[in-house]
Amino acid sequence: MIKLDNVVATYTMQRGQVNAVDGINLEIPTGLILGIAGESGCGKSTLMKVIYGDTGFPLGLSAGSVDYGFENDRREPVTSQNIQKEWFKRISYIPQSSMSSLNPVVRIRHQFTDFPATSRNKAQTLERVRVFVQKLGLPPESIDAYPHELSGGMRQRIMVAMATFLQPEIILADEPTTALDVVVQKEILILLMELQKEMKNTIIFVSHDMGVHYQLTDKMLIMYAAKAAEYANTADIFREPLHPYTLMLTGSLPTIGDDRARQGLPGRPPSLWELPQGCRFAPRCPLATELCRTVEPALAEHRPGRFSACHYADSVPQLQASMRNAPKLSDVAKDTPKRAPQAASALQLDEAGTSAGQREEVAR
Amino acid sequence: MKTILKTVGLNKEYQLGSFPRNVTIKALNNVNLTVESDQPVIISVVGESGSGKTTLAKVILRLVKPNSGEVTIDGHRIVGKGANPDNNEFLRTVQPIFQNPFEAFSRYRTIDTYLVEVATRVAGLGKAEAVAAVEAALAVVGLEYKDVRGKYPNQFSGGELQRASVARALIPHPSLIIADEPVSMIDASRRMIIINLFLALKQETKTSFLYITHDLATAYYISDYIAVMTRGTVVEFGEAKQVLQHPQHDYSRLLLSAIPSLDHKWSDEIAAGKKLAAVTEAAG
Repeated sequence: MIKLDNVVATYTMQRGQVNAVDGINLEIPTGLILGIAGESGCGKSTLMKVIYGDTGFPLGLSAGSVDYGFENDRREPVTSQNIQKEWFKRISYIPQSSMSSLNPVVRIRHQFTDFPATSRNKAQTLERVRVFVQKLGLPPESIDAYPHELSGGMRQRIMVAMATFLQPEIILADEPTTALDVVVQKEILILLMELQKEMKNTIIFVSHDMGVHYQLTDKMLIMYAAKAAEYANTADIFREPLHPYTLMLTGSLPTIGDDRARQGLPGRPPSLWELPQGCRFAPRCPLATELCRTVEPALAEHRPGRFSACHYADSVPQLQASMRNAPKLSDVAKDTPKRAPQAASALQLDEAGTSAGQREEVAR
Repeated sequence: MKTILKTVGLNKEYQLGSFPRNVTIKALNNVNLTVESDQPVIISVVGESGSGKTTLAKVILRLVKPNSGEVTIDGHRIVGKGANPDNNEFLRTVQPIFQNPFEAFSRYRTIDTYLVEVATRVAGLGKAEAVAAVEAALAVVGLEYKDVRGKYPNQFSGGELQRASVARALIPHPSLIIADEPVSMIDASRRMIIINLFLALKQETKTSFLYITHDLATAYYISDYIAVMTRGTVVEFGEAKQVLQHPQHDYSRLLLSAIPSLDHKWSDEIAAGKKLAAVTEAAG
């Protein structure tokens, strides 16, 4: 069990301090795949950095701690203070871009033997690496190549091989397939799923693609504006979400064979510098009331094993039912109102003059 | 029947590297597409990266000269033999929308100057008419002139700026808009706003779209016709619902099976298919 206790991660910037992760309490059972989803800027990558213990300036862990639930070689419990010593051995990281993570001027086999634990006997280790990459569907010669000589999918396989070679308990994957094509993406994700079944480790997986989460994960954490919005089993998240944001996130996706009209989520997430009072999702939420605008909801267990940070979590299934009855796309298109072009007035003529003036100014 | 888009035998080869080690890559290999309709349509081109879909867009936009072949849009021959249209006339026929709006607009110019300039130079309007045309185009995409005036690209969110670039493309009333991955830079929750805008524009302004994407689900949602491309060749072309629900070509089936969709689980596939050999033993 990995325990996150009121984790607050702060970036120190010229403008001041901003909390990119703001008080997350979580218990992650071991041996499963946890997915973290949310819009860009919601703090999902920062949370990954905190769990990996990679908190150098300007990022800092200003409150809370992470307990990984295992002990190190000296029989001390591993927390966010000493996790760095366990990198690659007990916890590893698969980054998004393999091209910028692998050293372009060093052959891949040398990058494998850079691991702290494998430097003692290079020749033997390299033999094991060759066998291991072959199991991952790569030719054993591929570790003699430079990164640029491999395709994107092969490079990402090398990253997966590096992260899993020492069989760590925890693997963190931050959008590992976003830069890849769908066909290659499926190969890498299936590889990850099979490795996880084999090694029984915990994978924490960040992606903005809800379809990928549905395929891969057992449990999901939905984040919104640095806070946890919902935490439940993946099946429940897709079947009956208990937070309106989750519903919008899953319901806005078109699927092949489904002709219902889809709506995007209006508005945008609040700036972390100017947070609204009360619930952070209230300005975009269809269920928001006065209570939401004043009191911030806490992450609470509304159904067994299903946590949601919403005052009206019990009304979300009703909202979902009304979305199910959305009209067909072909009917919506017919009703689209026609907007008449507006006529120009003297005022607008003046505005055009100003804009032309501005253009000259900028050109200079 | 109006010919919305017709390409005949388009070929394009790129030469990589210099003489002793040069490689020839066939980005387009005999691409023949004909779309005829009385109504405006949305045509999607889907495929992996490297399949030649962006090269096709660039050839139609005359940004890349093909080795051979012809392109006809709305009766105007724009690429190939005998095609030498006046540049402004060409821009009144075809307009682009690019993937990253922050790269499409200069950081040092305000957005309204772009819009007014397109209206005066390309559409050939006077100053007063130009502003009216800009206002009308902005109203269609749900923006107001006063919100855009004097603002630089960094003062917009990605979605808003992409809507402004749609407005820019609409000003000369083109018969075809080429949208190359227009939503891949926009957050998933707001992607549908732009997609729905394309659908509304098809109805309201009678503009056809060539929508280039790797996302088959949005392609299914908006398009009337779909072309599946791989290695520079169109392997399947037809009505969108037909192609995606009953794909005929092996590559289309492969592409469809790789989408992380919500109706079947890959874990069932793995259980049924081959198993990865014991990896643990290899790692020792």
